[in-house]
Amino acid sequence: MAVELRMPALSPTMEEGKLARWLVKEGDAVKSGDILAEIETDKATMEFEAIDEGTIGRIVVPEGSEGVKVGTVIATIEGEGEDPAPKAPPAAAPPQPPAATPAPRSEKQEGRNVATITLREALRDAMAEEMRRDDRVFVIGEEVAEYQGAYKVTQGLLEEFGPRRVIDTPITEYGFAGIGTGAAMGGLRPIVEFMTFNFAMQAIDHIINSAAKTNYMSGGQMRCPIVFRGPNGAAARVGAQHSQNYAPWYASVPGLVVIAPYDAADAKGLLKSAIRSDDPVVFLENELLYGHSFELAEDDQTVPIGKARVLREGRDVTIVAYSITVGMALEAAGQLAEEGIEAEVLDLRTLRPLDRAAVLASLRKTNRLIVAEEGWPACSIASEIVAICMEDGFDDLDAPVLRVCNEDVPMPYAANLEKAALVNAARIQAAARKVCGR
Amino acid sequence: MARSARTSEISKAKAAASARPAPRAEEGQDAIQLRSLQLAHEAESRYRASDEELLHFYEQMVLIRRFEEKAGQLYGLGLIGGFCHLYIGQEAVAVGVQSALDPARDSVITGYRDHGHMLAYGIDPKVIMAELTGRAAGISRGKGGSMHMFSVEHKFYGGHGIVGAQVSLGTGLAFAHKYRGDGGACVAYFGDGAANQGQVYESFNMASLWQLPIVYVVENNGYAMGTAVRRGSAETHFYRRGTAFRIPGLPVNGMDVLEVRRATDIAIAYVRAGNGPVLLEFNTYRYRGHSMSDPAKYRTREEVQEMREKHDPIDHARDELLKRGVAEDAIKAIDKKLRSVVTEAADFAENSPEPDLCELGTDVLVESY
Ligand SMILES: Cc1ncc(C[n+]2csc(CCOP(=O)(O)OP(=O)(O)O)c2C)c(N)n1
Repeated sequence: MAVELRMPALSPTMEEGKLARWLVKEGDAVKSGDILAEIETDKATMEFEAIDEGTIGRIVVPEGSEGVKVGTVIATIEGEGEDPAPKAPPAAAPPQPPAATPAPRSEKQEGRNVATITLREALRDAMAEEMRRDDRVFVIGEEVAEYQGAYKVTQGLLEEFGPRRVIDTPITEYGFAGIGTGAAMGGLRPIVEFMTFNFAMQAIDHIINSAAKTNYMSGGQMRCPIVFRGPNGAAARVGAQHSQNYAPWYASVPGLVVIAPYDAADAKGLLKSAIRSDDPVVFLENELLYGHSFELAEDDQTVPIGKARVLREGRDVTIVAYSITVGMALEAAGQLAEEGIEAEVLDLRTLRPLDRAAVLASLRKTNRLIVAEEGWPACSIASEIVAICMEDGFDDLDAPVLRVCNEDVPMPYAANLEKAALVNAARIQAAARKVCGR
Repeated sequence: MARSARTSEISKAKAAASARPAPRAEEGQDAIQLRSLQLAHEAESRYRASDEELLHFYEQMVLIRRFEEKAGQLYGLGLIGGFCHLYIGQEAVAVGVQSALDPARDSVITGYRDHGHMLAYGIDPKVIMAELTGRAAGISRGKGGSMHMFSVEHKFYGGHGIVGAQVSLGTGLAFAHKYRGDGGACVAYFGDGAANQGQVYESFNMASLWQLPIVYVVENNGYAMGTAVRRGSAETHFYRRGTAFRIPGLPVNGMDVLEVRRATDIAIAYVRAGNGPVLLEFNTYRYRGHSMSDPAKYRTREEVQEMREKHDPIDHARDELLKRGVAEDAIKAIDKKLRSVVTEAADFAENSPEPDLCELGTDVLVESY
């Protein structure tokens, strides 16, 4: 009885991949554990192993095929096991990251060569360019060197800069965050990668007590120019301990700079600025955006820290967002336009120092404002924006400011519950309609 | 005056010199004490299992293997999401250790590589698989996922996604055993990578200082994600890492279920007698990637093949059973039964409903305020 082999999902976020190579041919006998094929995802080349015993019947998808969707039948195995062949259920659709609508950029693009680049590559290029420019810059963290980064953000850095400057650590976040902080105090410019910010909880003491407060406590003598970076926020189906947005935590701490970019140009330009800054920077990335492609000018421009950016102009309502919710806000704004609501989308980009002026200017224009945040509502960045509007924009408000956040619960694992827990474009739209009285 | 002062300096120095051998003898004493469990294990390294016992161990190990293979398959089909850390290759550790415990008293805790463990603790494969697929019938009602599963009934305290956390938590469980005087001990499992976290050593110190009933189990499978042991650890003999805290350690072949069992017997006897913690290092191997999304480029295919072909704990147990004269049919019958147990678990996990949406807000707090 033939078993259908389907294109496997090889990572939490994989939707399609390239069938790079078949290591077996039709008629080959295989047993459990044999490598059947090599499959390329955006992050890595993975080996696809046989689980059943049998003979390769038909190879349906030839090697070299690109964009093979997860769940597509790629081959069949004729089994002679005692077992009836397991029926192959239709693959559940992998979680859909919000569409990344290429943002119209308000900064001038003329005269610059524009290329398409993933967010992952933009971050890597920022580090590489700064490392070429300044020997004091080095990268340290778990799996950053030989493994090329757990999420492949540091790909190629070891090859170019060698083990002196691209340093693998043991799983010891408290220790290497302290070592990074000490090295910064000693005159270097460390980039400390946390595999994810969930694990920076082991190290948060150094980020806050050692890095953030040093300049102040020393009366401005002792600097701590360090970047703590890594993915932050919910990924896909990784559960409560691995899905959390720490932006509000860090953004509440004086002495830190906190950045959370959305697209590749900002990620690159802001990371470069962060590395050049004399202050400790917490740089929050988003795993679900790593594989997204954006247009980016091919130069080494920096982006100023502390400046928000209007990504879409509108007159009816302002949607304030940062990181992954910027994509959702743009999507929502597109839909709202069809209903006759012109939404302005403001990407905060830097969360501390927060660009109050940009928030208030947009509010003055639209008189209605909502905040979209992929995180808990209580004591959030959204709460902070509400406070700013109350304190300094009260007279401009025609409706209460609304927070559109995740549900106020730890992140559940089940697909339906996770979906229900997360902010999305539809909720942003609903809130926008509400403040516009529709 | 000056002279006599000098003489007294010299005599002080002499006295100090002659006093030195004494602490050395004491250190020797210490060393013997720290090595006492190793000596016991060297004297007899394998548990003398009856045929039935060995057959039972075999059955448990095969159950884990088939279950994990199925989980890998369901992951590929998109039915399991997120991370999924398979225990294939390491089966002898959980099965051997667990068989030495008293399920009525002893508690266990581990990391995210937990499905295999849970099967060894006798937890129903159906509710484990249903948790992996995120269904209401799952052991955490679909809310935990593969890394976060618990069974208070089985004194299994998780299932933790943060590397190293279980070591301190396990030490706390041991504290509770001692505090309540319930005669139980805790087993805290962690990886070679986790062994480098600072909280491990803070815990070791307190456990030894307060003589807490805990067996620390390092499952040294050679790699922490893509980091080979020698690239992440200055001292790669993990069993020695308790020495600074006067915790005796034992290096054990973790690919042999009977060796695992014997070492655990020795450790548990020592711990139960109120002597404080023991550190067991099981040398084992993970056949699959760290999680499903690991390209595993940090080791050669030959290395994995060599372990699978020459050191497989299940093959070993099967060979030993056959050598003892246990009928091949009895072994085959077990294999067949387990295939259907696992198929049933997978069907159950696939076909049971997702949690009700109202579960989103339940269990956040226990009480209402
Ligand atoms: C504090 C923390 N840091 C990093 C991670 C990411 N991570 C998960 S498992 C793992 C490797 C652990 O290896 P080891 O302890 O040897 O256990 P094994 O996976 O081999 O069983 C890493 C780095 C994490 N979950 N928690």
